[in-house]
Amino acid sequence: MITLTHYLVLGAALFCVGLYGVMTRRNAIALLMSTELIFNAVNINMVAFSRFQEPGFAHGEMFAIFVIAVAAAESVLGLAIILAIYRSRQTVNSEEMKLMKW
Amino acid sequence: MDKISLLAALIPALPFAAFLAAAAFARRRPAGAAAVSIAGTAAAFVLSCAVLCSELASPAVHAAGAEWLQLAFVNLHMGVLVNQLTALMLFIVTLVSLLVQIYSLGYMRGDAGFSRFFSFLSLFTFSMLGIVVADNLIQLYIFWELVGLSSYLLIGFWYDRPAAAAAAKKAFVVNRVGDFGFLLGILLLARAAGTFDFSGVASFAASGALPAARVTLIALLLFCGVLGKSAQFPLHVWLPDAMEGPTPVSALIHAATMVAAGVFMLARLFPVFSASPEAMSVIAGVGGFTAVFAASIALVQDDIKRILAYSTLSQLGYMVMAMGAGAYTAGIFHLAMHAFFKALLFLGAGSVIHAVHTNDIWKTGGLHRKMPVTSLTMLAASLAISGIFPFSGFWSKDEIFSALKAGGHTYLYFAAVSAAFMTAFYMFRLYFVVFSGEPGESSRHAHEPPVVMTAPLVVLAFFSVFAGLAALPHTHGIASFIFYGQPERAGLSLPIALTSSTVALSGIALAWLVYVRKAVPAAALRAASGPLYYLLKNKYYVDELYLFFVRNVFFALTAAIRWFDRNVVDGAVRLSGLAVRRSGDGLRRTVSGTVQSYALTVFGGMAVILLASAWMHPALFGFGGPLK
Repeated sequence: MITLTHYLVLGAALFCVGLYGVMTRRNAIALLMSTELIFNAVNINMVAFSRFQEPGFAHGEMFAIFVIAVAAAESVLGLAIILAIYRSRQTVNSEEMKLMKW
Repeated sequence: MDKISLLAALIPALPFAAFLAAAAFARRRPAGAAAVSIAGTAAAFVLSCAVLCSELASPAVHAAGAEWLQLAFVNLHMGVLVNQLTALMLFIVTLVSLLVQIYSLGYMRGDAGFSRFFSFLSLFTFSMLGIVVADNLIQLYIFWELVGLSSYLLIGFWYDRPAAAAAAKKAFVVNRVGDFGFLLGILLLARAAGTFDFSGVASFAASGALPAARVTLIALLLFCGVLGKSAQFPLHVWLPDAMEGPTPVSALIHAATMVAAGVFMLARLFPVFSASPEAMSVIAGVGGFTAVFAASIALVQDDIKRILAYSTLSQLGYMVMAMGAGAYTAGIFHLAMHAFFKALLFLGAGSVIHAVHTNDIWKTGGLHRKMPVTSLTMLAASLAISGIFPFSGFWSKDEIFSALKAGGHTYLYFAAVSAAFMTAFYMFRLYFVVFSGEPGESSRHAHEPPVVMTAPLVVLAFFSVFAGLAALPHTHGIASFIFYGQPERAGLSLPIALTSSTVALSGIALAWLVYVRKAVPAAALRAASGPLYYLLKNKYYVDELYLFFVRNVFFALTAAIRWFDRNVVDGAVRLSGLAVRRSGDGLRRTVSGTVQSYALTVFGGMAVILLASAWMHPALFGFGGPLK
């Protein structure tokens, strides 16, 4: 029997993988991919809560779909920015992207 | 709005329009500025005559006004209030202003600021007329301050002279001291009465709804305004210095406007003052003291205008003393008579200065033959101020003496009589030194001024000689025209008339002995009086005392406040600025530009928040019980 706890543990694990990726990877594209993992960890939580706490309603699923849509848009923007940076600086290494600081 | 109220509203409006027009003319057409200014005042004078005639024919109170501001606790309005007092004051103010302006045509001819002078004179007249017709305290106060402003402008008219600029500043600052108390008094009174209107305030004061101590406090605060404007001791110091202005201005300030405003305010708010016997005795005491104090200083001054300035102080003391003693009619009557003869004295002094180009009476002399009109009119004014029968001053001083005696104010009566003696002496000292004897070093080439200057002298001389007859009991005397409550006694009491005449004549005789016959040399008098002479000469060192106070006490206080402001207040401001700057500097270093470090901060922060909430509210996270 798969309970809410199983889903939450899966979500937390996925979140931690994503977080680890965001913290450790230097490749900007890998960063974007890691954030996708975090988004999806959240999505799993929402769908699971919706299913187990409010059976018969689809609020959580609705939010998950919104998040997927926003994540897709965000990926597009992120990739476009990375592409622009790559064109001007020939790198996708986040260590070398320190333009926005004091 | 009835006809009289409409006229009364128009009277101040005309000089104001003249002021604007004259100011517009100022640059290009000086003659036009003067013409428009005189025309405005003349029109106001004609209307004032109409108002006075109507009041004389049928005394009545005319009031009209319009809502101005609605406040939470009180409504303000602008309006006019015409009664007998207003009518008389309108007549005096416009007449003296008109004559002064005509006189200035001659006196100020060729001055670089000719048109500016006339526009200021119109502004001054407007402000004073505004005080006279005002029907509530706030309106009175507005015009009161406008009078202060225009006196500042006119005293400092020759602003390139340091002494004039300083005198203007002094007049303004000293008046502010008095006006501060006045404003407090107005606000206290209005808060208690719930209205600013004179009629409402008067009935409130008469109703006795306020405790006596509070009424006294309010009356004394209001009296502070009189101390400043009417230059009573201890705020008298600005008036003698105001002599730095052109002489026609001195005539205007000393006769019809400015100093009259204080006494007029005493009369307008007489119900409030008379509700407090304690305040009345303070007022009477201050007036009596000023009368003697200033007259004694006038005995030894050398500057013709300063002698007259101290004489004004002394005469104002008479008026305030009369008001304080409850002699409403006598005070106003003396104000009216004084307006005529003091304006005449100043304009006459202006003629002398115009002819001899000095203010020092010892450099003049023998002017009677060279300037007969000036000399004769000055003689009339000197006799009037000394209180010689049947000149105007005799009647008004007699009213004051009688009121003091009848009221049982023995000390004040003696003060008044001794001041009358000194008045007669210093006025005739001035007259004899300037007009009799041999020509002095400056007066050899003196000659009579042009007719625009002598004509006003003659008109004023007419009033100085005959206006007093208004007090005659069997004509409908002043006492039945202007009074508070019941008409006061009208008529002459023979013993008092004899006393005052004897005193005045002996003063004149002494001046004649000393300065004409030289039976008693002035130097001997001076030597005999010893240190007293220097005390008087230096005006009792009041100015020095104030300077000492300002330099030592006041400046020490301000230095302490300055230190507090510079170090504590500014220090707190600078410290907060510095704190923000420093912390900003530190935080700036954390913005490295590395995305991952930002992400670490965000997630780390979130973890800290989560842990903290789990520690503080374990139930939220399922520890220690289910989540409700």
